Amino acid sequence: MSTVAATHEEHHHHGPTGWRRWLFSTNHKDIGTLYLWFSFSMFLVGGFLAMIIRAELMEPGMQFVDPEFFNQLTTVPGLVMIFGAIMPGFVGLANWLVPMMVGAPDMALPRMNNWSFWILPFAFTLLLGTLVLSAFAPGHPEAPDFGWTAYAPLSSKYGPPSTDFFIFAIHMMGISSIMGAINVIVTIFNLRAPGMTLMKMPMFVWSWLVTAFLLIAVMPALAGAVTMVLFDRHFGTSFFDAAGGGDPVLYQHVFWFFGHPEVYIMILPGFGIISEIVPTFSRKPLFGYTSMVYAIVSIALISFIVWAHHMFAVGMPLAGTLFFMYSTMLISVPTGVKIFNWLATMWRGSLTFELPMKWALAFILLFTCGGLSGLMLAIVPADLQYHDTYFVVAHFHYVLVTGAAFSIIAAVYYWLPKWSGMMPSKVLGELHFWNSLISVNLLFFPMHFVGLAGMPRRYADYALQFADYNFWISIGAFWFGLSQLFFLALCLRCAMKKGEKAPARAWEGAKGLEWEVPSPAPHHTFQTPPVVE
Amino acid sequence: MSNSNNYYIPEYSPWPIVATVGLFATAFGGANYIQQATGKLVYFPGGHWGKYVFALGVIWLLVTITLWWRDTINESIGGLHHGRLNVSYRLGMGWFIFSEVMFFGAFFGSLFYTRWLVVPWLGGAGSNAMTHELLWPNFQAMWPLIRTPDGTVTQAMEAWGLPAINTAVLLTSSVTLTIAHHALLEGRRTRLALFQAITVVLGIAFLFLQATEYHHAYTHMGLTLHAGIYGSLFFVMTGFHGVHVTIGTIFLIITLSRVLRGHFSKENDFAWEAAAWYWHFVDIVWLFLFVSVYWL
Amino acid sequence: MRSRFLRTTIGLVSLVFAATAAAEDWSTRSNLNLRPGVTEISQDIYDLHTFVLWIVTVIGLLVLGLMLYSMIRHRRSRHPEPAKFHEHMALEVFWTVVPFLILIAMAIPATAVMIKMDNTADSALTVRVTGHRWKWEYEYLTYGQQGNLGVDIMSSIATPLDERETPVFASGLFPYGTAKDRAGQPAPPKDHNYNLTVDHPLVLPSGQKIRFLITSADVIHSFWVPDFGGKQDAIPGYVHAKWTKIPPGKEGTYYGQCTELCGKGHAFMPIEVKVVSQQEFKTWLDDKVKEAKAAPDLTPFASLDEAMKAGEKVFTANCAVCHGAQGQGGIGVPMAGAEFFTDSSHKADHIKIVIHGLNAMPSFKSQLSPKEIAAVITYERNAWGNNSGDLIQPADVNKDEGGE
Repeated sequence: MSTVAATHEEHHHHGPTGWRRWLFSTNHKDIGTLYLWFSFSMFLVGGFLAMIIRAELMEPGMQFVDPEFFNQLTTVPGLVMIFGAIMPGFVGLANWLVPMMVGAPDMALPRMNNWSFWILPFAFTLLLGTLVLSAFAPGHPEAPDFGWTAYAPLSSKYGPPSTDFFIFAIHMMGISSIMGAINVIVTIFNLRAPGMTLMKMPMFVWSWLVTAFLLIAVMPALAGAVTMVLFDRHFGTSFFDAAGGGDPVLYQHVFWFFGHPEVYIMILPGFGIISEIVPTFSRKPLFGYTSMVYAIVSIALISFIVWAHHMFAVGMPLAGTLFFMYSTMLISVPTGVKIFNWLATMWRGSLTFELPMKWALAFILLFTCGGLSGLMLAIVPADLQYHDTYFVVAHFHYVLVTGAAFSIIAAVYYWLPKWSGMMPSKVLGELHFWNSLISVNLLFFPMHFVGLAGMPRRYADYALQFADYNFWISIGAFWFGLSQLFFLALCLRCAMKKGEKAPARAWEGAKGLEWEVPSPAPHHTFQTPPVVE
Repeated sequence: MSNSNNYYIPEYSPWPIVATVGLFATAFGGANYIQQATGKLVYFPGGHWGKYVFALGVIWLLVTITLWWRDTINESIGGLHHGRLNVSYRLGMGWFIFSEVMFFGAFFGSLFYTRWLVVPWLGGAGSNAMTHELLWPNFQAMWPLIRTPDGTVTQAMEAWGLPAINTAVLLTSSVTLTIAHHALLEGRRTRLALFQAITVVLGIAFLFLQATEYHHAYTHMGLTLHAGIYGSLFFVMTGFHGVHVTIGTIFLIITLSRVLRGHFSKENDFAWEAAAWYWHFVDIVWLFLFVSVYWL
Repeated sequence: MRSRFLRTTIGLVSLVFAATAAAEDWSTRSNLNLRPGVTEISQDIYDLHTFVLWIVTVIGLLVLGLMLYSMIRHRRSRHPEPAKFHEHMALEVFWTVVPFLILIAMAIPATAVMIKMDNTADSALTVRVTGHRWKWEYEYLTYGQQGNLGVDIMSSIATPLDERETPVFASGLFPYGTAKDRAGQPAPPKDHNYNLTVDHPLVLPSGQKIRFLITSADVIHSFWVPDFGGKQDAIPGYVHAKWTKIPPGKEGTYYGQCTELCGKGHAFMPIEVKVVSQQEFKTWLDDKVKEAKAAPDLTPFASLDEAMKAGEKVFTANCAVCHGAQGQGGIGVPMAGAEFFTDSSHKADHIKIVIHGLNAMPSFKSQLSPKEIAAVITYERNAWGNNSGDLIQPADVNKDEGGE
């Protein structure tokens, strides 16, 4: 399994080979590959579990699982997708690309980089183990079943024993993320090639600079929240217990203080990716680089003051609710600026529609859809009818699947030639794209309707009038799931070096330091920093 | 593999994955240890093996980190750490301390939320008149919360006894550490070692006094983790702080032993400074704790 | 191909606006859009929703249109020379300021509605709503000048457990069929109020302002009746107020559901509201107050069989969800064949636990009458082969309740 071939004629590669190469690596390319394959496999695992949910929800009544296991199925895959698929996917891209894009020889702290990766498989063994044991072990000890948000007191007083493993798995993932983010920030601040000022950096690097800052700032808050849950469970504390002077809503405040920047952590690198791809295939520079930078920074800063828009129904005082409504609405302004800037980049360019561009365009349109439903959710009185219904589920899947996941896929299509030296197969790619595009909309768009019509979320069974839509949503889900197998085949093909070889500048309009090195990129690049004008 | 950038990149290292095994054992063992020790919500019933797995994990981690840092120290002595790598380490340590600040921030946020909003609400303030009337009619809002809504009674920890002494201890230790730092920069090794040793002693004294305070709280004041939200916040906040003081003290002891072996000079002192920064951070957190948990 | 698909989608979205005809009957309501509901607030919310939906649709179509235009007009074969511009200050200011102004236009009506929703003063009726795992409890506190009404209603889902086709309660994957299947009977057809009807609905008067005081006995639930507009989370240890007023002429039955994950029964704790005229409400309430003030029915059971029959009903409605339909356990301890339930020395403790609760098990003192408690304990101690021979009488239970 190797997507990077050392080019022996260039220099002697003294590093380890075989299993030692992957376990002991300090090389940002290898670690990036590890992260990306891990992310893809978690995406498939989470997706498989989601298929079970959709099989159950295909028809009213309970057919396959009981409501308790259903709740576990809506909890664990959510955690897997967020912490196992999307975040590691973006970190893998950061590992591969940030050093090359800034002309650095590697990440700033390479051993810590490897540690950040290897923590993840172990953390997910801990988490997924609870679900496997719940399904197959005698007695069926329950896996976490309180939603990925783990509200108290459902998670503290009433959570099953496996909750403690969930808590420790989260701690492990947090350590991994924080160390990874520190590495990214230090690399960007310290290892840029001479001449590359901050305002000359590629947008993808900017997006990761800001994302890394968010990660370092808010992952500790998540750690604090789950630690308080642990203490309430075992040490008799009263953080979330009114009888002792605490408040269950405290958990929500601390959690969402993490949770809201978290969702921006999961999209800002995606914005960076689109800002790399669209100019290449428009053969035009990115429109408004400076405002794009300001926009991404302001999105990150505003994301710290909007968290309670996840909590509009808890009974906050009116003044608090109004504040959070206004701040949430405000964040749509810089986001809109980015979308218009991408359109302006395309405008009067010379467009071609290779696969990365297809995915990027799908992102722009469908993420906008998700962002607009988010704006609807920001309006508090209306939100009090949408909250905890499938309308919310539609919104976040649009921004996370057609947003974040599509951007990761676009990035893979775009940079696979650089990583593997092979162009991605056009046939498989087109099959993947069109099947995914149609099925993802069949899957998530009807959720807007059933949500508005009143179907609550995290429901194992629903009222009959939602039956037709749920049937088609499930069909869309299976179709979308199967479509990802085209992608798997395509990635394996490149990894096995089948197909058309890629030149150094794999895409005609591509700009950036990574396109100056050969394809596949040699094991070590920019050992001597390039000079940037 | 050398590179002409002079930025040292280790070729490979087994320590990260080995450390991960230790981290996993710590996490898995820790979870089971807590469950089996408190007897509540036990996933694997029957047995007390959790604490052994946890202990094994901690020891494994400590050994691995020692070996890892031994490699790093050798690289440093070998002269590979100058220039940009030094800056990388400094930036990294700075951002790490920032993440620790945010961790404490979550608890300070919880403290202020509880004190200024939650407790008054339980007492009927603002939009929560009915909360008080219907659910907790006998509850009186106050801070420190020495009588919880369900009737548990406790006492508040007085700021001007042991805590004030501890404040003096930590502040003094920061001063002695700064004196030690200046001695390092001036090449006065004996003075450096002496003042660093004093700092370590003060750190240990702080921990000892804190333990005494906890003992007093538990046995004479009815101030425990179970004593409602005041007790919960008090112990969790000062407790995590104490853990960080312990880590800081150990870090200082390690760098002290390196000082005694002749390591560190004006040009090459990142690890020493990292320990110092950590110590100052721990001190500043204490000041915030003293003001908001003990005093006001 | 893609643009055609998208145009179809947009056509469907327009149907949204066509399908918003007044659809008050639950079974014929719109499947595509929010409902205007029956109160002034729900109508305000609906108008706000429509206003915002129009704005975002226009913006979305604008983005789509610009993109499609550019994809067609500026593709390489038709536009081989790319332009070089990458900045335009005026344009950037424009598309920063204009969205900001649009936001203000949305924020103003939103704020107005929020202020209206916040004002719970001057309510004629106050009902305390308590969420339990997994049912709702409604206590009528005050009506007009009357206080201390003492009317307390437990409202559980009416669909029986085996007709809800809930499989075996032990957690697991593919637990093989439903309870009814295993009994060899086909599941009955579901009607359009499947999983929405309850045994004792919440009765409310039309034309008067009603204040709900919402709280929870265990975890966070959420009280939502879409037709009334707005929801409020039920937080344990706290009480949050929400008001509504159903205009005269809108009497009828309305349904709602719990909207905050609360465990296994989250999808199975519906809210059914019967709105009646003020006269009808007064009559109903007076009856209920009389019933509440009356002494509890303590007539003893004539035989073990009588107690068992009554107890089975109570068990299925209240206990089976945690203790298993066959007493096999689940969230709650197993009862079939367990020593606590077969050995008569535990009788008194058993009564205490049902009355006061234990750990995650709630107290049933306010949920069940002494006769019901006596019946269910008798059932548990004699069913499934337990055969302890214990017959608990209402008087035994009442002693404990009084001595609390």
